[in-house]
Amino acid sequence: MRYLDEFKAPAAARELLREIAAARGGGTFMEVCGTHTMAISKAGLRPLLEPAVRLVSGPGCPVCVTSDADIDRAIAVAKEPGVVLATFGDMMKVPGSEGSLASASAGGARVRVVYSPLEALDMARDDPGTRVVFLGVGFETTAPAVAATVLQARREGLDNFFVLPLHKLVPPALKALVALDDFAVDGFVLPGHVSVIIGSDAYAFLPVEHSIPCVVAGFEVTDILQAILALVRMRGEGPALQVEYSRAVRPEGNRKALAVMEEVFEPCDAEWRGLFVIPGSGLALRPSYDDMDAGLWEVELPERRERGACRCGDVLCGRIRPTDCRLFAAQCTPDNPVGPCMVSSEGTCASYFLYGDFGDDE
Amino acid sequence: MCLAVPAEVVEIHRFDVATIEVGGARKKVSLALVDDVRTGDFVLVHAGFAIDKIDEEEAARTMRLLEELGVLDEIS
Repeated sequence: MRYLDEFKAPAAARELLREIAAARGGGTFMEVCGTHTMAISKAGLRPLLEPAVRLVSGPGCPVCVTSDADIDRAIAVAKEPGVVLATFGDMMKVPGSEGSLASASAGGARVRVVYSPLEALDMARDDPGTRVVFLGVGFETTAPAVAATVLQARREGLDNFFVLPLHKLVPPALKALVALDDFAVDGFVLPGHVSVIIGSDAYAFLPVEHSIPCVVAGFEVTDILQAILALVRMRGEGPALQVEYSRAVRPEGNRKALAVMEEVFEPCDAEWRGLFVIPGSGLALRPSYDDMDAGLWEVELPERRERGACRCGDVLCGRIRPTDCRLFAAQCTPDNPVGPCMVSSEGTCASYFLYGDFGDDE
Repeated sequence: MCLAVPAEVVEIHRFDVATIEVGGARKKVSLALVDDVRTGDFVLVHAGFAIDKIDEEEAARTMRLLEELGVLDEIS
């Protein structure tokens, strides 16, 4: 409640809170987007909505769901002679079995932080003697950009540009979550910018096959509250898929971006950190791009190590909130993260920590 | 990480490249993932690519929110 005073509740948000209360329903709803998690924590919405509505955070941060084994592989690739590994900055501190990319870099591996895969392509073009590997992390928002970069490298005939593809797909993960025996979520607040690419139709199976109400939401507090109001109402009226963010999301998504993604990548099974291997939830380079696939390199990998008391897996499934983990804000802080949800700025644990969203849970 | 930043297209170059302006700064992005972008349009930018066109009002709303969340420096 510490930040309640700072909650900028304009009239519209207050009115929505009143409407949600008046709807006399509720439930546990999961937001599946790290930016939503940040916005909810910053605005202090969780305590305002309880006890009728309980918000839990899902696997909405691609950094957080990258497995230890994949981090180990990225580190091993970075240590190969003549290699520079280019990565989004968020990945640097994610712990693998033996350290992170940051510690590998301190130990002499060549790791560079980039904002765009196109910067990695520039590096490859400028330095033909170096093998530049781009660490392809991200959901459907990011994968088309990486795919377009692969196509550009092919067009230019570069033979020293590679991708280590670790992309993840949102709909297969949701499908796996709702199939869990102990999955106790009554509705989804679905991500905005992922949906710009894949379109809202990609979630149609959730209300139809699993009777779970869904709302694709924008990022403002009023957007999120509107989504919650819609979810509360749908629990009474029957499940459906609503697009509250129609000013940016179309049913079919961005067809051109999807076509580029599908030209370069194909679905594969992928391990989600803290969860399990989810069928069809990753993206592998198609065989015609094997020559650019650093995931095919033979590298020496360390033995995997379990992460002790860290409960990121339970956080990512919505089973617990970060505050229920005994490491939270004690051994595990953004400066010294034990689990990946504390590493990324959009990680659930980091958001709760940063905004003092320690909740009023029982 | 999936956040996209709204930006105005101020110049279009050859090879699907455009100069965009975001928060007063200019940078080049790829238009390889979008169709029919013109100077003066607003686009969502992610990882050096325009990922969709949006209208000006939506651009302003998202921009205000990103400033509030303090993530603009990080991604632009």
